[in-house]
Amino acid sequence: MSRLVIAGEVLESRLFLGTGGLPRPDLVRPVLEAARPALVTVSMRRASGSAPAGLLGILRDIGARVLPNTAGCLSAGEALHTARLAREALGTSWVKLEVVRDERTLLPDAVELLDAAATLVTEGFTVLPYAPADPVLACRLVDVGCAAVMPLGSPIGSGLGVLDPHAIEAVVAAVDVPVVLDAGIGTASDAALAMELGCAAVLAASAVTRAEDPVGMARALRLAVEAGWIARRSGRIPRRAEARSASPLTGRVS
Amino acid sequence: MRITLNGADVECDAPTITLLLGDVPIGCAVAVNHEVVPRSVHHTHPVNDGDTVEVVAAVAGG
Repeated sequence: MSRLVIAGEVLESRLFLGTGGLPRPDLVRPVLEAARPALVTVSMRRASGSAPAGLLGILRDIGARVLPNTAGCLSAGEALHTARLAREALGTSWVKLEVVRDERTLLPDAVELLDAAATLVTEGFTVLPYAPADPVLACRLVDVGCAAVMPLGSPIGSGLGVLDPHAIEAVVAAVDVPVVLDAGIGTASDAALAMELGCAAVLAASAVTRAEDPVGMARALRLAVEAGWIARRSGRIPRRAEARSASPLTGRVS
Repeated sequence: MRITLNGADVECDAPTITLLLGDVPIGCAVAVNHEVVPRSVHHTHPVNDGDTVEVVAAVAGG
């Protein structure tokens, strides 16, 4: 499996993982060991007194990079502040940029997103924006310097999978940066489909953390991402309306 | 003096960020009045009456 490169950095896996929502903190390590993600997202929240060293230590142990997100931000201004705090806290200039319009749909606010992305790029951030599956907006995000684009397959946490495969394919065709399917993954086949559509990686969180067996689902997603990637490069057969036998039609016993 | 610390109104007499919060661990960051204060200047950055201080930490997220 050839390796993924984002902003000049080689990533060892095409699966990115969020760990929010796990029922027990002791599942973080086995889930990450099963998924072997290249990037693991974290959120910035008011400190409650407990040190975050546990999670960061596990990431160090398994060799995954931390990818802070700006989840929960409702404006470009909030997202900028959160990204700057994350850079100070974690010593990384990479950010998964999320700016949503409301907390009911959690859908990206394209106007605020583009505004925030442009500013963060000028401040030296490597910006991976969570975006609508829109090839025009994807081009705009790349124009302002985003290192990847992360279109949603379906709403965050919905598990509805890739609702509009053609839109994802259109985003892949429109930009020359890696496209990471973000949001909506429900199970392994969703991740495989995203990769078959041409995505360079998949980001999943709830699909794993809220699965009945998070460790099993973590492994399933890792395998699905790899299978989808290989399938994409192997050239699937054209779809056809009629049957076509794979067995010889000559020499049949009559 | 009174400051707002993570949304709570608190009384304090610490003249600097370090004296207010101690050593802030890796994975955490501090902002005063909506400006990030780099770790390297916590020991000199003043805390003034009426300041809004935020301390954030990286937590598991999606």
